Amino acid sequence: MKERSSKTTLLILGVFTLSIMVACSSNDPEPAESVDGYVATPQPLTVPPIFQRLLPPPTIPADNPQTVEGIALGRKLFYDPILSGNGTQACASCHNPSNAFTDENQFSLGIDGLEGTRNSMPIYNMAWNTDSKFFWDGRATSVEQQALEPVTNPIEMHNTWENAVGSLQNTNLYPELFNKAFGTKTITKELTAKAIAQFERTLISANSPFDQYLLGENSLTPQEINGFAIFMDESRGDCFHCHGNEFNPLWTDNIFHNNGLDAAITDKGLGNITGDPSQDGWFKSPSLRNLAYTAPYMHDGRFATLDEVINHYSEGLVYSETIDPLMKAVSRGGVQLTEPDKADLKAFLLSLSDPSFIDNPNFQDPN
Amino acid sequence: MKKIILLFAIAVVAFGCKSDDDNNNVPTNAAIAFKFTQNWNGAEVTPSNFNTGVYENEAGNFVSISKLRYLISRIVLHKEDGTSVAFEGYNLIDLADASSLNFNPSTPATTGDYTGISFVYGFNEQDNSSGAYLDLNAADWNWPSMLGGGYHFMQMDGTFDDTNGAPQPYNFHNGTARVSEGVFEQNFITFDFEQNFSITDDATIEIKMDISEWYKNPLTWDLNERSVDLMMDYIAQKDMNRNGKSVFSIGAITQ
Repeated sequence: MKERSSKTTLLILGVFTLSIMVACSSNDPEPAESVDGYVATPQPLTVPPIFQRLLPPPTIPADNPQTVEGIALGRKLFYDPILSGNGTQACASCHNPSNAFTDENQFSLGIDGLEGTRNSMPIYNMAWNTDSKFFWDGRATSVEQQALEPVTNPIEMHNTWENAVGSLQNTNLYPELFNKAFGTKTITKELTAKAIAQFERTLISANSPFDQYLLGENSLTPQEINGFAIFMDESRGDCFHCHGNEFNPLWTDNIFHNNGLDAAITDKGLGNITGDPSQDGWFKSPSLRNLAYTAPYMHDGRFATLDEVINHYSEGLVYSETIDPLMKAVSRGGVQLTEPDKADLKAFLLSLSDPSFIDNPNFQDPN
Repeated sequence: MKKIILLFAIAVVAFGCKSDDDNNNVPTNAAIAFKFTQNWNGAEVTPSNFNTGVYENEAGNFVSISKLRYLISRIVLHKEDGTSVAFEGYNLIDLADASSLNFNPSTPATTGDYTGISFVYGFNEQDNSSGAYLDLNAADWNWPSMLGGGYHFMQMDGTFDDTNGAPQPYNFHNGTARVSEGVFEQNFITFDFEQNFSITDDATIEIKMDISEWYKNPLTWDLNERSVDLMMDYIAQKDMNRNGKSVFSIGAITQ
């Protein structure tokens, strides 16, 4: 009886302690994933000065911290055609560093020579994608999730993850690289995507002439400065409502708009993902960084030049039911910029391009 | 012994992590949350219906709303004893983001009797500092430097039917008013509601926006006359300020 009483007391104390622990839990994030306690070498992102000054810290998922080994593995995978169905295409085939990690095609060709309906997106500043929606239509909710899709997309790399993982597992090199990055030689699609995402998060662009101007390190031409004034002027360019300003160095609002491209919406974009017809034809505002390298433009790559893009907003807007009200001048075709204003605006836009980004040796093919 | 331990355990679990109690004499901390709701002349406007409804404003314009974001700062609760509880921070309400309708400041209030609630629509002059708020920069919420800088106070966008019944866009954006080149005028609104209430426990205070008031009181706003390019329009900015003074009210206080 005494022993039973003692056990009961212990049980009560145990429940009590557990209750306190549960009740007072501070919801600590899950520890970083590792196998058998393995921890790779941490390598936090280097936040550039202009971001440090003006933006929140980068968003890194708790279960995929940046590590030396993870980034190196991701970089190798990004450039390795082993992930594709016939071993001919890597991520970098459509996301080329010299094009700010997009390519020069309107629609990229997959391994079977098939083309899609969307323009390959450039890749940079992914850790500052504040709404965590990726792709033109926002269908992925993390870089990791985004990285999973092209491998199996039949018009892209047209593989299965089972096959891709098998190919990686059968190499002499990759099991050991995964072991160094994640503490296991057993390769999975999730770990593959994590490594690629780590590399992609290192692709930070924040050293354009305009960044240097904001940091007081150089000056701009009068034409570039006037172009910026047009960009910020609600009665002229009115670009800033979707594309940033001198205090938002992302140069995007990271949200979705119908920017008046078509009278009849054939590609529903975000509306196709949410099922909300009021969002048909909405696509993510792309950043205006690195435009010098990312032609053609728009979600469907319809504009070959920056001049065509500016002309679209100046004279080419087309009404549809879901057009964003920010396309306020649609009834007269656009904001009607003068030719000199267009030239100045273009000069400013090009000052957001960052040669040191596309030339960064840490971002090139390591294979 | 068992009973004592059990009672002790229950007592600690029940009160161990709770910051308040019902002792009437000793003020204790109470977590205060603010809930922002919107209505059109009493009809609820929510994240799920805001971009599907059509509303008639005072001028007879049929209006739909596709985006509504606004900023509230410096919320203060005023106590009967003359002291106050000032909550740090600000809240950018975005009807497209249901989570933004709740603001949970870290500062607690104390239980007791209160006589009023005040807050600022937008930022006051001291707070409205260009680039100062990193999350608002990332949200692209800035107000152009050429118009006085700082941040937007509100972005309300949508369409209305013009006199021919054709849909036209409107951009009802509010912030600092530009008088002339390089000359700017503050345009925030301080709300100060006198209202007696008691905080006895953790509480949620509702702050209501009647969107229709932007268009009717004291000035009847006809979107056929003013709908876009309003940011640099001094008169439009000040008229928004005039009409804005009747937009907000205090709703339910639940605890």
